[in-house]
Amino acid sequence: MQVNLRPRSRDLACQQAVELVTDYLEDALSHPARRRFETHLAGCPHCTEYLAQMRATIKLTGQLTPADLSPRMQEELIALYRRWKDEPRTE
Amino acid sequence: MELLARLRSGDEQAFIILVRRHHAAMLRLAATFVPSFAVAEEVVQDTWLGVLRGISAFQGRSSVKTWLFRILVNRARTAGVRERRAVTLGEEPAVDPARFDQAGQWASPPQHWAEDADDRMQAAKVADRIRSAIEDLPPRQRRVVTLRDLEGLGSAEVCSILQISAANQRVLLHRGRSRLRQLIETEFGRI
Repeated sequence: MQVNLRPRSRDLACQQAVELVTDYLEDALSHPARRRFETHLAGCPHCTEYLAQMRATIKLTGQLTPADLSPRMQEELIALYRRWKDEPRTE
Repeated sequence: MELLARLRSGDEQAFIILVRRHHAAMLRLAATFVPSFAVAEEVVQDTWLGVLRGISAFQGRSSVKTWLFRILVNRARTAGVRERRAVTLGEEPAVDPARFDQAGQWASPPQHWAEDADDRMQAAKVADRIRSAIEDLPPRQRRVVTLRDLEGLGSAEVCSILQISAANQRVLLHRGRSRLRQLIETEFGRI
């Protein structure tokens, strides 16, 4: 079976498609634009891979664990809290 | 809300919990506005004091996190170098144009990424590199990527915290994520 991968003029180029990935993931594309994008993906394994990589990137970033608070900083903040508690209240 | 109620009633432990939960993220965000880590630390401390002083005024209309981050951004902006409002966003392609042919089709397409989920060494290495790659992002991209993808906040919250439009938020997110993808591809993609 011969699959024609040559783009028709109304089709997206890959170079345009990669710029739409975030809008696509954010659900910010208009209905026709979304359909055009999805049609492109359906015929383009490379852009499908690209989208998968963007999703993997987001996932990897989300797995980073924030650094722990240093003991010094924690002490400073507790001191700050105690100072605040001693402040006169205007209520 | 429970935690805030305890905080209002003067429960030091509640404050420590809140600090442990949010301090590191606040520091990261502050660092994108000010020239040095020391100044970022000052800004965050100052923010905590502002939070304590304003605790009775907090209405609970936004999440605690959004509220904290908004106070932080206000203070960081005051402490940091004044940025021009409405900075124009120049061109910055998601992928090196040299990787496409004249018709805009992939000439050098992305290779499938090996799944190395079991390889802990590899995972730790990737995490380290992503962390430093985030550090290297331009500040406005770094803010958005950090809040969205690291902190897991939604787009509306991020727009509200950073006072940017939804469209700008998406552009910054797109560029930041695209750079990170590029980096992972360069370093780890062809395993």
